[in-house]
Order: sequence, then structure tokens, then C-alpha cells
Amino acid sequence: MTEERSTDIEIRLLIEAVYLKYSYDFRDYAGASIKRRIHHALHQTECVSVSALQERVLHDPTAFMQLLQYLTIPVSEMFRDPEHYLAIRRDVVPLLKTYPSLKVWIAGCSTGEEVYSLAILLREEGLLDRTIIYATDINPGSLERARQGIYTMENVRAYTGNYQRAGGLCSFADYYTAAYGNAIFDSSLRENVTFADHSLATDSVFSETQLISCRNVLIYFNKKLQDRAFGLFHESLCHRGFLVLGSKETLEFSGYAHSFDALARRERIYRKS
Amino acid sequence: MSRPAAIVIGASAGGVEALLKVLGALPGDFRLPVLIVLHLPDERHSDLAEVFARRLQRPVKEAQDKESIAGGMLYFAGPGYHLSVEQDRSLSLSLEDRVNFSRPAIDILFESAADAYGPALIGVLLTGANEDGAKGLARIKDCGGLTVVQDPAEARVTVMPRAAIKLHTPDYILTLNGIGHLLADLDKRPC
Repeated sequence: MTEERSTDIEIRLLIEAVYLKYSYDFRDYAGASIKRRIHHALHQTECVSVSALQERVLHDPTAFMQLLQYLTIPVSEMFRDPEHYLAIRRDVVPLLKTYPSLKVWIAGCSTGEEVYSLAILLREEGLLDRTIIYATDINPGSLERARQGIYTMENVRAYTGNYQRAGGLCSFADYYTAAYGNAIFDSSLRENVTFADHSLATDSVFSETQLISCRNVLIYFNKKLQDRAFGLFHESLCHRGFLVLGSKETLEFSGYAHSFDALARRERIYRKS
Repeated sequence: MSRPAAIVIGASAGGVEALLKVLGALPGDFRLPVLIVLHLPDERHSDLAEVFARRLQRPVKEAQDKESIAGGMLYFAGPGYHLSVEQDRSLSLSLEDRVNFSRPAIDILFESAADAYGPALIGVLLTGANEDGAKGLARIKDCGGLTVVQDPAEARVTVMPRAAIKLHTPDYILTLNGIGHLLADLDKRPC
């Protein structure tokens, strides 16, 4: 137990050091998951202790960039939870069509799967041309991959079924070119996408938006940081704007429970009240 | 051990019947919260909570992210996400890689709960066809908690209980009936 306690102290110090040196703020991330990821990083980097990892990270920015890959979780897929996209088509798109122009914020876009999914949906609904999408993340490596829009064919085959179940109107293959085992997504999908470094933990609102999608990001935050993120979303969204969360995320236990109405509770689509 | 504050249970193949037997033996006024990971073949859909609520006539729910753990409640890990216990004894979900080919993984629940509850945790591992849960149960023991494994002679699939017994010596190796009675007795311990 005392050994365990020492490791907990080391983890807190490492997170503090990362914040002080690199301004990346993981201090209010959910503890159990961050602890597992640091242990994983420890194992991969062959450091003997969290303190040793801290020393390396403090003196070597490339070691920090490596740690950042472990601390952020790039697990994503296209049209993940197809029923969410169906609900967006059914319940949100008809209202989005009433706006002359749209701004959409994908917060925590990771490697971009969500960005291309939403862009495809908006194109099929005739909205993409008058939409600006802000795709933000804290991990520059993920943002770069999102910008490239290249995914393995193996994954894309799995996404095809998702796309169909999500109410896709065309053939999924229309949106990419296959080459060398990869699928390169149509660059016109990201013509109106701005990829940007933005932290829900430290940055503020940068634009008014009509729709915000933030899926499977908030589960890694503690309640305090979740509330900060919900506050940013509330501030950014226009009157009656839409907020889409991950399938296991909810406003229910947050301080913003009464600031949004559930539009599709099961699919986690909320509307600013 | 000190007075227990929570129970974690892991099971895989054959787990539904085994859990019904163990949980069915708990009295109506059972006070401890019970957190359960049961592997299911289908990742996406699960109505475990409803099935067990109907069969057991006690409060059962799928664990929600950021939810505080309430006494007497049975929580099932939902499909597709790992379930953890945080230091403040609330629940959290995550999408990290599968552990032992599983998400939710028993090891993740057990290890995080051991961190949060220390010696006040009871860990129970039942029937199953893979080795998930063995490391987590050993961790519970290391943190001073109490460990229980279903008797492999009775388990429908023995891989999971055998893996646990191989990795550490559990406090109890019992039949499902025995586990039900033990949990009921531990719940009655005075504060």
C-alpha cells in the first residue's frame, strides 16, 4: 500500500510538471484511466519509475511528445454508433437547414474519423457548402493525421457497415480512393474544415456555433473539468444550438443539467435551453 | 479485513447463471454496492441490467460515467467501455484498448477498485473461458482486500477461476451457494 501511495504522489507530480513546463493540463482528468496510461507509458519507455519518466520529460521535449501520445487516447471510428448519425439526420438536420450558414465544432476530434463522418453527412444533406467545421484537439500528431484523412482499408471496411446503418445515401467508396492498403478521403470534404489546437481544459471559446459534437472525450475528465467543457459549449452555442455527446456521456450529473434539453436522449443529442 | 465497503464480481462464459445464483442468495436488505463485469459476445447492445432486475427483484442498473456508488445497488458494466472506480468512489468509463481481448475488462474494474477501496474491497471471480480478472484479483489481495474464487470443480468453464488460483492464493474457494452465503455474512459485519 505504501508503495502504491508513492506512485500516486509521483503521478501527481508528473502531471504538475507537464502542466508547468508544457502547459498541457491533465490535472483534472479522471484518475483511474490516467494512472493506467502512465503505467503503460512507463512500460513502453522503459523508465524505472514515474519520477524517472518525469525527469526525462522535463528535460526532453521529444520525450514529452511521446508521453502525450499515451496520455491522449486516439480510439475513434467513422460513423461510430450509427444510430447517433441517424438521429442527427432525423432530428437535427431539418433545423440546421433553416440557417443560412453554419458553424460546427468537433471538440476532441482525435485522428479525424468523426470529422469526415460529419462532413459526409452534411454533404449528403446539402449543407456542407455553407458550413465551417472547426475540428480541435490537444494532440498535434492526431490533428496532423486528421488533416491527411488517410485510414487503413481494413478499418474502412468496418466503417462501411456503420455508414450504411447511419443512413448513408451513397456508396461509401465514393468518398475515398483506395491505394496501397489505405483509403485516402476526398480532400473536398475538408475544404471548409479548420483543424486547430484547442484545449477544453485551458482555452476559451473562439466562435459562435450551431452544432457541437464532443464524443468520448468527457469520460476522461473529472466532474470539475466536465463542467468547464460544458460551460464552453454553452457559451459557444447559439440560442437553441445542438450538443452531441458520446453514447455513454450525459449532462445529467453536471452543473449544466438544466441548461440543456434532451432532444434525443438515447442518442445523446441535447439542445441549449 | 476491515468492514467491507464494496464487492466487485467478474465472470465470463456461464456467468449469467452463476451470477443469478450468487446474487439471488443475497437478502433484500443487503447494504454493500456490487460492481459487475460480465463478458458478453455482443459489444454494442446489452440489457443485462433489465434481465437481472426482473429476475432478482432488487435495484440493478448499468453503470454510468461519473455516477456516485450507492449502497445496495448492483451495477453492471455496459458493453464496449471499460468500467473503473475513481478515488472518490465514483464510477468512470473509458475506451482504452481491450484488455485480455475484453472491453469491459474485469482486470480494469478490479485494479481500479482495489486502488479506491484498499482493504475494504471484496473481489469475486466466477466461471469463464479466459484469464481476465486473475491479475485484478491478485491486486485486490495485495491492497489488503478479500478474494473469493468459484470452485473450479463446480465452474461451468474453469479457465478463469484456475488462472486466478494459479496467480495468487485466494482467501476462499467456494461453490456459488457458498459465495452467496459468505457475501450475505460479510454484509452483516458491524461497522
